[in-house]
Amino acid sequence: MADGLKAPQQRPAHIIVKDLTMAFGTFVLMHDLNFTVHRGDIFAIMGGSGCGKSTLLRHLIGLLEPAQGEIFYGDFNFTSADPEQREQMLRRIGVLYQRGALWSSMTLAENVALPLSQFTDLKPAQIREVARFKLSLVGLAGFEDYYPSDISGGMQKRAGLARAMALDPEILFFDEPSAGLDPISSRLLDELILELRESLGATIVIVTHELPSIFAIADNSIFLDAEKRTMTAHGDPKDLLAHSTNSTVRRFLTRGQEGETTRQFDG
Amino acid sequence: MTTGNFSVWSESDTLLTVALRGDWQLRGHLPSPEAVIVEISTKPPAKLKFVAEELGKWDSGLLIFLKPIVDTCRNHQVEIELAKLPPGLSRLVQLSEAVPEREGARAIKRPEPSFLERIGRRAIAVATSFKRFSAFLGSLTLAFIKLASGKARFRKVDLFQVVQETGANALGIVSLISFLVGVILAFMGAVQLQQFGAAIYVADLVAIGMARDMGAMMTAIIMSGRTGAAFAARLGTMRITEEIDALTTMGISPLEFLVLPRLMALVLMMPILCLYSDLMGMLGGAAVGFTMLGIPLPLYYRETAAALTLTQIFGGVFKATVYGVLIAISGCFRGFQCGGSASAVGDAATQAVVTSIVLVVVACGMFAVIFKILGI
Ligand SMILES: Nc1ncnc2c1ncn2[C@@H]1O[C@H](COP(=O)(O)OP(=O)(O)OP(=O)(O)O)[C@@H](O)[C@H]1O
Ligand SMILES: [Mg+2]
Repeated sequence: MADGLKAPQQRPAHIIVKDLTMAFGTFVLMHDLNFTVHRGDIFAIMGGSGCGKSTLLRHLIGLLEPAQGEIFYGDFNFTSADPEQREQMLRRIGVLYQRGALWSSMTLAENVALPLSQFTDLKPAQIREVARFKLSLVGLAGFEDYYPSDISGGMQKRAGLARAMALDPEILFFDEPSAGLDPISSRLLDELILELRESLGATIVIVTHELPSIFAIADNSIFLDAEKRTMTAHGDPKDLLAHSTNSTVRRFLTRGQEGETTRQFDG
Repeated sequence: MTTGNFSVWSESDTLLTVALRGDWQLRGHLPSPEAVIVEISTKPPAKLKFVAEELGKWDSGLLIFLKPIVDTCRNHQVEIELAKLPPGLSRLVQLSEAVPEREGARAIKRPEPSFLERIGRRAIAVATSFKRFSAFLGSLTLAFIKLASGKARFRKVDLFQVVQETGANALGIVSLISFLVGVILAFMGAVQLQQFGAAIYVADLVAIGMARDMGAMMTAIIMSGRTGAAFAARLGTMRITEEIDALTTMGISPLEFLVLPRLMALVLMMPILCLYSDLMGMLGGAAVGFTMLGIPLPLYYRETAAALTLTQIFGGVFKATVYGVLIAISGCFRGFQCGGSASAVGDAATQAVVTSIVLVVVACGMFAVIFKILGI
């Protein structure tokens, strides 16, 4: 990937969020979100539990409509686009949901194969081959014919990852990919994510609480503050750790060992 | 073991003392802190002291007693001395203070709405529900156009599976109910007709009754309870587990993928089930005619064959097809509208059954009028 060597800011913008306000009815969850994800970024959305990270993700993929503001993919205005254009755009996006969201009436292989059979002209045998390959990437070789209810939560998460990658999307959204994985699997997952960026040139947006993984792979991030109801930090998490003066951000990045000392749950 | 009790006294103008005695446990009797709170609020001392020399066993029960007192003290700027309490207890009190209540979290709880407000909210809810239903019908029509042009995305396997679930698997219950309905019709007719010595006309009554209305109606009611509810529960669960969202973001319309096969399956199966139900009902009638009225079976058969016309049979089958559409649409719509919890799935299933039975009965009434006008 040619862009991979450049510093993030030199790569073209891929996702641009302008003045986004998210609300449920009259209840404003977050307001004035402004950030840019560059092509090839691994972008972390951080924040305490319940602050609205998954909700932000659902806005980015059009499952929820912004109360205010706009979302752009490159030059494409996603917010004002009509459903057909959106559908075109969504085909270039892969999503891993927080709870996996595998289709429960299909085997793992069928889950991965469905988008392939709908959107490509591959033959059934080829599709099966691709599905097997994607599943083996996430360490599920041999589980092709299992149903989602027959495997563990962590395995469902990984199968969801395989499905999100089925069409080799340009942008991948992961909602807490490593939640429910053991430390080793979660390290392997980090490596897989880096690998995906290198090999496919994909832009990857991750919602995560895992500090080691944030510092290991993310090269840009935002922090959502549940109390201020907006983002309070934007930048490389390593820089934020070194330079941020915001006490909530510091407390998050240092597991509560720095910043205000009052005992407080995030969220 | 003594039950928990306490006493309050003012040692001086500025110092109030609360002495705790006995056992304070969730399972035992817990005194109310009201007396102390009143004391503090009416004449706030500078300092409140707890003594616990005779305190026995204690658990969270004591904390429940202390917390409101401590809160009142905070509100009236009364200094509290916890030092005399057992160390574990004073730490727990401090901990419960340490995490302030999340601002805004409670603001969502609104006061009980007034009667007028409730009516207004209900009306708005009905209006939005109607709007959503119209939108659902609209998108469904578009999906059908796509189906007609061969571009709809769904899996044939799913269609076959729903056909099996709604069709073949329902035969048992349809047989039983329809046979019994035939028996009931025959009984009711027989009581009257026997008085005129016209018992043979029971065959006409059962045949026409089943073919025109009862066959379609009974199948529809069975399918509402069996299939409509299943559709709603299935789609509702898929909504909760984000499976529907996953389809949407894949660029696969859930309407095409999930609703079309279900609708088609019911449209295919309802006419067949209806015919089958007609047949079973007539068998029920024949059983009564043979055993109770002593009508020989060949005679009963001939009478039935003479009474039935193709128009009647097709009329019933047509009605059944329309009922099938209504059941599938209400089941799928309720499933799609499902909220985010397990109880919402139950509600969706209930609503699906209620909606489809109401729609079926209303349609049945409309058919009666229309068929009358058309002279069928
Ligand atoms: N459909 C909804 N209607 C009303 N409020 C909602 C809805 N969905 C989510 N919320 C509220 O939005 C807030 C954020 O939820 P969200 O799932 O985005 O949190 P999160 O940051 O992903 O948390 P976690 O890290 O625990 O997954 C929650 O407080 C929740 O109460
Ligand atoms: Mg979340």
